[in-house]
Amino acid sequence: MTLSPELRAALVERLTAMADDELVLGHRDSEWTGHAPILEEDIALANIAQDEIGHALLWLEARRELDGSDPDALAYRRSAGAWRNARLLELPKGDWAFTMLRQFLFDVFETELLARLQASACASVAEAAAKAAKEEVFHLRHSGLWLRRLAGGTEESATRLRSAMDRAWPYLPQLWQPLAGDAALTEAGILPDMAEVGAAALERVRAALTGSGLEPPEVPPNPGGRDRHGEDLVALLIDMQSVARADPEATAW
Amino acid sequence: MTPEAVWTALQDVADPEIPVLSVVELGMVRAVVLEPPAAGGAAGARVRVDVTPTFAGCPAFHAISEAVRSRVSELGAAEVEVRRVLSPAWSSDDMTDTARTKLRAFGLAPPDPHGGLLLPALDAPVACPRCGSFDTELKNAFGSALCREIHACRACGEPFERFKPL
Repeated sequence: MTLSPELRAALVERLTAMADDELVLGHRDSEWTGHAPILEEDIALANIAQDEIGHALLWLEARRELDGSDPDALAYRRSAGAWRNARLLELPKGDWAFTMLRQFLFDVFETELLARLQASACASVAEAAAKAAKEEVFHLRHSGLWLRRLAGGTEESATRLRSAMDRAWPYLPQLWQPLAGDAALTEAGILPDMAEVGAAALERVRAALTGSGLEPPEVPPNPGGRDRHGEDLVALLIDMQSVARADPEATAW
Repeated sequence: MTPEAVWTALQDVADPEIPVLSVVELGMVRAVVLEPPAAGGAAGARVRVDVTPTFAGCPAFHAISEAVRSRVSELGAAEVEVRRVLSPAWSSDDMTDTARTKLRAFGLAPPDPHGGLLLPALDAPVACPRCGSFDTELKNAFGSALCREIHACRACGEPFERFKPL
């Protein structure tokens, strides 16, 4: 598909946002390695984290086809101000309830997005979406099961889940808030309408919460674009990038 | 140098984590294309091999690509390009029956054909690769690698992993 310079730039932004969501979430998930409440979850979440990082690579490779950028440089040398992930994903990992709820919210959103992205007029985007969607099936199953366990478990697990919901809910709409160039991408058949994706995701999330006997919080959305980040992302990137920055050519190997 | 010769040679390239299986048996090699030497360039075949990853985040993909490149160079190709392709997405249904038998012998339960239904495949009865009993249970949908799940056999008491249906 031949893209006008405007569409190309818009697609680069959109792919970067999707890749950054995966990279940041993957890193937060990986922080549980060695610290998860039980061994099975240590293994499960490490796998999920690795999958997310693999999906980031799918999007960054699609971006490389457009602008020749280097995925490794984007992951390991970019400073926080240049990242375009949603704020929900850079929030600290919190307790297990927060991590599982955040994973669930993102998994539902991603499932809706990927289902529609497989019809993208841009072949490399459609292929990457089809690839990621298969692996996402297992993520959504996992986080969905945890939502039910936490909601219906003990007084403590339900309380922690409600606190997690209060913490996460204001950041949820930003996941599908369109970027400046998204409308043009939708017009060109490359990207689904993000508001429609969001409406579908929100409906599924509400249904899952009510199904588990929970009321969605009534809290206003946290405003702001994906170009605004807090100290959380700075600290995350210091952690994530420190080894690569210390030895960029991996000479120590 | 013929495509057939390259395909045969690639049967020597094993999955580094499941050394009984070749990348060909795993269904990872999608195409072998021979291109004539570039005019004025080095004499000898230019070979392109299209390889698809099993799981997007599989860390062995670099090693596998390098092993493919190296094996084709050994055959005498002047230039080798290993291209990562994503479509159609790799499916465990692409694995040959020989591959499934080898997996079982290796101690890994093979993935059953799933026809695109991934979640039901998680719940399907799985035979223990050691004793053959179907009295087994899924302990974790995630295992020691992206492509593995953890099961336990109630009959012989041993845990085992299954190659994940994808």
